[in-house]
Amino acid sequence: MAQAQDIIRAAARRDIRNRWWLSSPALAIIFLAAIGPLFVVVLYSVMEKGSYGDVKYWQFSGQGWFEVLFERDMFDNTVSLADAHLSILWRSVKLAAITTVVTLILGFPTAYFIATRPRHRRDLWLFLITIPFWTNLLIRTFAIQEVFRNEGLLNVVLMKVGLIDKPIQIMFTDAAILLGMGYVYLPLMVLPLYASLEKFDFRLAEAAADLYAGGFRILSRVIVPIVRPGIIAGSILVFIPSLGSYVTPRLLGGGKSLMLGNLIELQFGQGRNWPLGAALSISLTAIVMLSLLVYVRASSKTEVRHG
Amino acid sequence: MAGANRGITDLTAGKIAIKARGITKVFHGAGNAAFKALDRVSVSIRENEFFTLLGPSGCGKTTLLRLIAGFEYPDEGEILLDGKDIALLTPHQRPVNTVFQSYALFPHMTVGENIGFGLEMLGKPRREIAARVDEMLRLVRMEALKDRRTSQISGGQQQRVALARALAPQPKVLLLDEPLSALDYKLRKEMQVELKRLQHETGITFIFVTHDQEEALTMSDRIAVMSGGSILQVGTPREIYDSPDKRFVADFIGEANFLPATVLSASGDAAKVALGAGAEIVAGLPHGERPDGKVTVMVRPEHAEIASGTSGATLAGTLESAVYLGTDTHLNVRLGDGSSFVVRRQNDRCTEAGFVPGMPIGVLIRDGAAQVLKY
Ligand SMILES: Nc1ncnc2c1ncn2[C@@H]1O[C@H](COP(=O)(O)OP(=O)(O)OP(=O)(O)O)[C@@H](O)[C@H]1O
Ligand SMILES: [Mg+2]
Repeated sequence: MAQAQDIIRAAARRDIRNRWWLSSPALAIIFLAAIGPLFVVVLYSVMEKGSYGDVKYWQFSGQGWFEVLFERDMFDNTVSLADAHLSILWRSVKLAAITTVVTLILGFPTAYFIATRPRHRRDLWLFLITIPFWTNLLIRTFAIQEVFRNEGLLNVVLMKVGLIDKPIQIMFTDAAILLGMGYVYLPLMVLPLYASLEKFDFRLAEAAADLYAGGFRILSRVIVPIVRPGIIAGSILVFIPSLGSYVTPRLLGGGKSLMLGNLIELQFGQGRNWPLGAALSISLTAIVMLSLLVYVRASSKTEVRHG
Repeated sequence: MAGANRGITDLTAGKIAIKARGITKVFHGAGNAAFKALDRVSVSIRENEFFTLLGPSGCGKTTLLRLIAGFEYPDEGEILLDGKDIALLTPHQRPVNTVFQSYALFPHMTVGENIGFGLEMLGKPRREIAARVDEMLRLVRMEALKDRRTSQISGGQQQRVALARALAPQPKVLLLDEPLSALDYKLRKEMQVELKRLQHETGITFIFVTHDQEEALTMSDRIAVMSGGSILQVGTPREIYDSPDKRFVADFIGEANFLPATVLSASGDAAKVALGAGAEIVAGLPHGERPDGKVTVMVRPEHAEIASGTSGATLAGTLESAVYLGTDTHLNVRLGDGSSFVVRRQNDRCTEAGFVPGMPIGVLIRDGAAQVLKY
């Protein structure tokens, strides 16, 4: 008896050792590619800013972090909140959240539609969903510009039809950024949702209908709770890149509607304030982690409540 | 005499719960090939009845059940529940619940929540739901597992939860699609008893699907034997077993010997027929039928006997093999015309059987032991 248990324990130990062994390449890559650079950025954020960009190495200062939230008046040295940064921060979180919700609302029916097609047809639909990935993001964003700018396709058609008599200003607004991000990130929502819905046993939906649940309650009480992992995965996949997106707000928001990514770029470029840029980057990472934590917590709590 | 062992089929007994009239269901497959899963099926199922649909795989049992539940809609015909046509209502508008073959329990809910789901959807007050869930748990003897996840209970227990969940809203009719097929033999026997008890205690009409003929015979008040999208015969287990009116029914349920015969005269529900070999016997007639001329008669192996001598025998032949089965012995007789005939003989400890393959043997078919078939 005791011997058998020893053997089992030894096997378990060996198993764990082997697992470390096997995952060491992946761990090395993760360390070098993710944690290492992050560490460098943290270092930059606490160093003195150089006069022409760069930092003064090994001269530490809290100025970068200070400037994330506050600004010091040039003349009387009074400290006030950095309104510009806060509004950009707020806009970023807001736009990312709206993008997530919009792609979820559009992506769920899409994924549901694909998952309920006959098996041999689904591949074709998935293939169509991934077509946008074939082209460079920059080119796709320019294409959106072509459609929505004042002399673009949409406005021209609407004016020809006579629905409007002067072009609607879409470019360089938050709406344009939303349109662009929604378009770019929709597939990232659809694919994990599809993966969950495809595994969903539709006999459960029949069982719910049999037990007097109407269409809406079949969805809210049976389908959504069961495909929740897909919803969470899709939301995370959309929210994170939206929050840090750079190209879309740059091209569609013009210089007016900045998002965090653009602000960070500004500090490393024209702003020549690398410590601030680094501190903003870390803040972005922190916001992402925090929102993820809150989101996952909240959704697992509802799961417990539902049973 | 011939009909003495027939059950009594009284069509006026009991109110009709479900009446299907001329139901046709066509499926349009992948290559636009239309397939008639049900072809003008008509059947009446009485209140409080344990009604079984029995038939080989693919004969349309599940399809008929799904039409009654509302998961499919018929192409033709009507389904009456208490006299009202429900054929086009959605599933959640019908006072009919289903026990699915796969159970289809909600994996994100506990046992108790699964059972309460239907009542919750009906908008019943919380307190009533709680009381009813407890009552259901008692009924299926699962009180202790109320707060378990459905993934944490055994197959037999899942099956009970599926039953309790379907019974909780007190449907007029309960549909059960092969609910026992996933269980092992012993558990299946237990659940058969349990199901009968539940049906008795709740007084709900059960429509039960199986392709296990023994299960159908032991559990049902009446059985409908289906084949190729049609119902061939409806009757009590006894009627179906003793007086099948078609060769398919006789063959599907139990074992049967078939003999060519000629009807000599008919009166009431019995007829005098001449067997191919010359002997004359009295055989039962199918319900309300008067076949004449050439017919086929059916004899169950255990309804035939071994004659003591070849002189008094109805049929004569040679013994091909004798298979000892413990309770019975199967005697395979090769008849004069080359066809084979099986006699099943109960064993006892006292008499030495003394059957030797190759020996001449006589088969005795007493009056009333045979049944004339329609086709
Ligand atoms: N959705 C469908 N599309 C096409 N054909 C179908 C569909 N559902 C059933 N069929 C066909 O209809 C026939 C009857 O099917 P059904 O499921 O009713 O059989 P069954 O009697 O329940 O068989 P089993 O004992 O194997 O469960 C089968 O030949 C089946 O292939
Ligand atoms: Mg079936």
